[in-house]
Amino acid sequence: MSVLVFIESADGAIKKSSLEAISFAAAMGQGDVTAIYLGQLESAELQKAGNFGATKVLHVNDERLNKGIIQAYASVLAQALEQSGAKTLVLAKSALGDPVAARVAIKTGASFVSNVTALPDTTSGFKVTRSIYTGKAFATEEMKGDIKILAVKKNAVDLKETGGSAQVEAFSPQLSDSDFGVTITKTEKQEGEVLLPEADIVVSGGRGMKGPENWGMLEELAGELGAATGCSKPVSDIGWRPHHEHVGQTGVKVSPTLYIAVGISGAIQHLAGVNSSKVIVVINKDPEAPFFKAADYGIVGDAFEVVPKLTEAIRAAK
Amino acid sequence: MKILVCITHVPDTTSKISFSDNNTKLNSAGVQFIIGPYDDYALARAIELKEQSGGSVTVLNVGEADTEPTIRKALAIGADEAIRINSFPKDSFFVAQQIAAVAKEGGYDLILMGRESIDFNGGMVHGMVGELLGMPSVSPVMKLDIEGNTARLAREIEGGKEYLELNLPFVAGCQEPIAEWKIPNMRGIMTARTKNWTYGSRWRPRPRPSCSATTCHRPRGGENDR
Repeated sequence: MSVLVFIESADGAIKKSSLEAISFAAAMGQGDVTAIYLGQLESAELQKAGNFGATKVLHVNDERLNKGIIQAYASVLAQALEQSGAKTLVLAKSALGDPVAARVAIKTGASFVSNVTALPDTTSGFKVTRSIYTGKAFATEEMKGDIKILAVKKNAVDLKETGGSAQVEAFSPQLSDSDFGVTITKTEKQEGEVLLPEADIVVSGGRGMKGPENWGMLEELAGELGAATGCSKPVSDIGWRPHHEHVGQTGVKVSPTLYIAVGISGAIQHLAGVNSSKVIVVINKDPEAPFFKAADYGIVGDAFEVVPKLTEAIRAAK
Repeated sequence: MKILVCITHVPDTTSKISFSDNNTKLNSAGVQFIIGPYDDYALARAIELKEQSGGSVTVLNVGEADTEPTIRKALAIGADEAIRINSFPKDSFFVAQQIAAVAKEGGYDLILMGRESIDFNGGMVHGMVGELLGMPSVSPVMKLDIEGNTARLAREIEGGKEYLELNLPFVAGCQEPIAEWKIPNMRGIMTARTKNWTYGSRWRPRPRPSCSATTCHRPRGGENDR
């Protein structure tokens, strides 16, 4: 038996969430872990998958797959499942991974569960726990069927380094023109920035920041912490910040180790997007802000005073 | 252009979630149900596309009779007709099969829905429908323009956007800012009463392994606040 893990990269390195998916697959104890990567990437980078528990990496070194074409990716993964004989596919939940896995589920007749938050319980059957109602609740379900697909939420397991190195093997699937019915004409991406869904630390601002011109101090704080920046829905709605930074029920759901909210009151929709964070720090001048109820640490004070001081203190502590 | 918009019937985003029946069923007491926020964006864009280049918007829901007020709201917003598949939406695969069956019969040029429902957050129905129909599927789509047979889309990727081109027909999972939510006006509410409704009995899905929800529970501390 073996488990297949679909991995993605960002800025030339395997994404941290993908490494977590490998750790997750290794911890499942369902046999050898084989990772699969689509598109061009350095072999030396792919070997690193071994450090988290993969024994082998299947590499589809095809230039056409450098961008995420959903249909083509699904065809490759379905073929890899069949040819490797793996019964389980694990992936990190992502903007690309889930739409791809949905098609793989149809192609292979697999059962598919997303937002998995913990290792499956295999003492009797195959029970998985996932978050539902956008993090407001959890459901435990029994997955039936021969082939299973699990999309894992960030921080479901801890990264575990094993010191190993994976063997990289070429994998050449059959792809047809119909797999490439979609043409990607342009990509706009912030290079070198910490990706919000991947980030270990997130600094978010709300309407309390008063305007887009005041984001500099949040970016400075984020820079010192190696954090990504986020924002509340009203902020992205009025266009102060780009939409991909919107954290909340209808935006990006984050689960960082540390979440710092500045000038965000804490509407239930925003909380739904952050409630799987490990530690929440809230900075708000209104002591009645509902966010304080969900916070581990709260600072009642003016963001324009607190944030620069916090940045300074972090700089001094380094 | 014939557009099919699939909508979910879900608790309002401000709802506190709790369960009944030994933690197997949502406790719907006091819960206000709405069109899924992402589906609402899809519906708004479908109506804009129809206003630009003609055609029709059909709204589809897989659900029992309690979803009718939600469907009626979609008609009031501007959909031309509604189809309700009279069945409890037990899992994503089941729902995808119902949608695919309706889509096959109706010959739609474009199938839109939200990127995910906000109850079970599966985010997989659009991909499944695309695969079942042998059409491309794209998600999450934040911009959608159509010219003749060609669509130009923007899809959100982590840390940015990707622009794509493809031909009709296809399936898209939508999110903001694809369009602004529309609020029904009085005329819409009145005409919604006389619009055409179709009730489908459910299409019988072929037997297939799936998941059975066993139990639900709330996060640590039992409070939604965290």
